[in-house]
Amino acid sequence: MSDQSADSVVSAAAIPRRTLLKGTAGILATGIFPAVHSADPIVLRYLGTAVNQDKAIGEKFKADTGITIQYVAVTTDDVTKRAVTAPNSFDLIDTEYFSLKKIVPTGNLKGIDTKRIKNADKITSVFTTGKVGSKTIGDQGTAPKKVIFLEGEKSKVFSKTPTQFMSLIPTVYNADTLGIRPDLIKRPITSWAELLNKEFKGKASILNIPSIGIMDAAMVVEAMGIYKYPDKGNMTKKEIDLTIKTLIEAKKAGQFRSLWKDFNESVNLMASGEVVIQSMWSPAVTAVRSKGIDCVFQPLKEGYRSWAAGFGVPATLTGKKLDGAYEFINWFLDGWAGAYLNRQGYYSAVLETAKTKMEAYEWAYWMEGKPATQDIKSPQGDLLAKTGAVRDGGSYEDRMGGVACWNAVMDENIYMVKKWNEFVAA
Amino acid sequence: MAITVVVPRPAAAAAAPGHALPAWLQAAPLAAVFVLFFLIPLALIVMVSFWDFNEYELLPGFTFKNYLSIFEGCSSNAADWCVTFKTYFSTFKFCLLVWIITLVIGFAVSYFMAFHVRSSTMQTLLFVVCTIPFWTSNVIRMISWVPLLGRNGLVNQSLQRAGLIEEPLEWLLFSDFSVVLAFVHLYTMFMIVPIFNSMMRIDRSLLEAASDCGATAWQTLWNVVVPLSRTGIIIGSIFVITIVMGDFVTIGVMGGQQIASVGKIIQVQTSYLQFPLAAANAVLLLSIVLMIIWGLTRLVDIRKEL
Repeated sequence: MSDQSADSVVSAAAIPRRTLLKGTAGILATGIFPAVHSADPIVLRYLGTAVNQDKAIGEKFKADTGITIQYVAVTTDDVTKRAVTAPNSFDLIDTEYFSLKKIVPTGNLKGIDTKRIKNADKITSVFTTGKVGSKTIGDQGTAPKKVIFLEGEKSKVFSKTPTQFMSLIPTVYNADTLGIRPDLIKRPITSWAELLNKEFKGKASILNIPSIGIMDAAMVVEAMGIYKYPDKGNMTKKEIDLTIKTLIEAKKAGQFRSLWKDFNESVNLMASGEVVIQSMWSPAVTAVRSKGIDCVFQPLKEGYRSWAAGFGVPATLTGKKLDGAYEFINWFLDGWAGAYLNRQGYYSAVLETAKTKMEAYEWAYWMEGKPATQDIKSPQGDLLAKTGAVRDGGSYEDRMGGVACWNAVMDENIYMVKKWNEFVAA
Repeated sequence: MAITVVVPRPAAAAAAPGHALPAWLQAAPLAAVFVLFFLIPLALIVMVSFWDFNEYELLPGFTFKNYLSIFEGCSSNAADWCVTFKTYFSTFKFCLLVWIITLVIGFAVSYFMAFHVRSSTMQTLLFVVCTIPFWTSNVIRMISWVPLLGRNGLVNQSLQRAGLIEEPLEWLLFSDFSVVLAFVHLYTMFMIVPIFNSMMRIDRSLLEAASDCGATAWQTLWNVVVPLSRTGIIIGSIFVITIVMGDFVTIGVMGGQQIASVGKIIQVQTSYLQFPLAAANAVLLLSIVLMIIWGLTRLVDIRKEL
C-alpha cells in the first residue's frame, strides 16, 4: 500500500520536473519546427468524471469549432484531489460545486468572467438565487448559490451577492433519490426510511463516497424519525456519530448486500438483482432500463438530494487555450449539449437554448412531466420510455423544487471521513 | 516492498572486492534510480506523516497527531476493537488464509510441473496456462465473478437446478469467501514461479538416493524436496503477503466494499486530501510488512541461496 502513497508523492514531486522537460521539449520543438508549432491546433484537457464525458459531445464540439477535447476521466474525489495537487494537469475542470470549498481557497481556479459568457444571464435561477419558479429550493449543504460567485477573478473567497466572476459555470445537475426494482419489490416505496427496512435485508446498497453517502444516510435517519438535523450538509460531531451508528447497526444486521463507488457498479448490482433498493444516480437508472430491466428512480416524500457540476478554469490558463476554454463553455451553453444532457435525464444550465434543440414531445416528457406522446429514446437510440409513460418525479419544477439538501463538504469533514471508515470496517 | 530486500545487494557486492571504482560505477545507475524513485519518496512520506493538514493544504510541522489519531480509542475498550485493530486483524486474516491456500496449491502445481512433467516444452506450455488469469485486466476479471457467484449467478442456478439448495447461497459473493477466492485465483502464480524455480535446481540424484535408502514418497517430499524448495517458498510467501497486505481493489470489489482493508483506508484518506494521515497509515503498514519480511528472511538466507 505504501506503493500507492509513494506514487502520489512521486507525481507531486515530479511535476516541476515534468513541466521542465515539457518546456525543454517545447523549446526544441519551436527551434526546429516553428511552423508546425504555430499551426498547432488547440487541445483542451478536460478533467472530470466519466459520467459527464460523453464521446458525442467531444465529437460535435470538434466538428463545430475544430478544437479537440481530450477527456481525463477520474473519480469524483480524484477530480478534487487533482485540482488541489496538480492544477496544471488540465485546461478545463468539470467538478461538483461542493468540492469548491476545498479548491477555491487554494487559488488554483480562475474566476470565470461572465461578460465573456454569452448566455450567462440565462443560467437557471436554481444556481443564482436558489429558486425554481416560485418555489425556494432547500439549501442545506453546499447549495450552488452559496459558492457560485467569487469576489474577483483571482479571489479565494466566495461572494454572497452576485458578481461578475463565477467559480464554476454550471453544466449539469440533478435531483437524486433512491433507485428501486419495482418488479422485485412489488409494493409502492414512498420514503427514504425504506433503505434500512428489514424487509430488504441483504438487498440494499448505499454509495461508498463518504461526502455523498453521509447525505443519503442523513435523509434515511430523518425519515426514520430518529433525529432532525438543523443542517444535514454541515453536521456536528455528535450528529455524525449518530448517523454512522445507525449505518453500522444496519450493516451488522446484514442490511447491505454491497456498497458501491463506481457508477457501473451500481448498474451491475441493480441489473443483476443483487440489490433491489439503493442510492443511485439518474444515468445509472437509465442504463439499467436500457437493458430492458424495470428500474425506477423513485420520488420520495422527504425530497431529493441534489448535486450540481460545472466548468472551472485553472488559474494558470492563458492565451489560446484560455480562449478555447471560453469557446467550449459558450458552446456548451448554446443548446446542443444541453439538449443532449436533458435527453439523458439530467438538467442543463440554460434551459431556453436546450429547448430549441429538443423536439416538443421530448421537452414535454423530460421537462414538463407530461405523458410521452411517442416513444422516448436516449441519444444513443435506446428505448427509455414507451408512449404514455410519465417521468419519475414529474416536471422540472416538481423535481428541483423538491430538493431537500445538496451534496456537501462539512466543517467536520476530516472527522466524518474517519467515522465513515469505521462504518466500512464495522 | 519485496524490492527492499534486494536493495543492499549491489552495494554489498560492490563493497566486497576492495572498493574498486568500476564496481561502484556499475552499481551507481541502479542505486541512483532507487534513491531517486524509492528512498526519497519514502523519506517524503515519513516526513509528511508528521505534518499537520487542513481541508486543502499540508501544514509543515512536527506532530504526532496523525499517529495518535490512528490509534484513537484503541486502548479504552478491549471488547470493542478500534478501527485500526479491526482492519489489521481482517487484513492479517486474509493474508494467512491466502498464504496457506496459495502455498498448498502453488507447491502442488510446481511439484507436478517439476517432477512429473518430463519435457521442457510441456513445462513451458503448462506455465503459459498458469498465466491465463493475467490475460485480462484486473477489474474485468473481478467483475466477471458477479455473474458466476451472484444470487442469480451460474453457480447458484446450477445448484438450484440440481436440487441441492432451495434458496440461493448468499455467501458466495461479497463475502470473506469471495475475497479469498479472488486472491487465490490471482496470486497463486506468484507462489508457483519461485517454488518451481527452486525445485528445478534440486539435484535429481538426491531423490534417487532417498529412495535407495528406503524413504517413502512422503518422507522424500518432507525431508528432501521441501527443505530444498525453502528459498522458493519464502520468496513466494513474500510476494503473496506483501501483495495481500497492500491490496484494496480486490477486497473492495469482491467484498462488496464492506470489508475493511488498510489500503482502502489509505486510499479514502488520500482522496480526501488527508495526506498526512494517509502517510502515517502507510508508514505503519510499511513497518509491519517489513517486520514480516524480516522474520521470513531469518528463516532462509535469500542472498546466499539465490
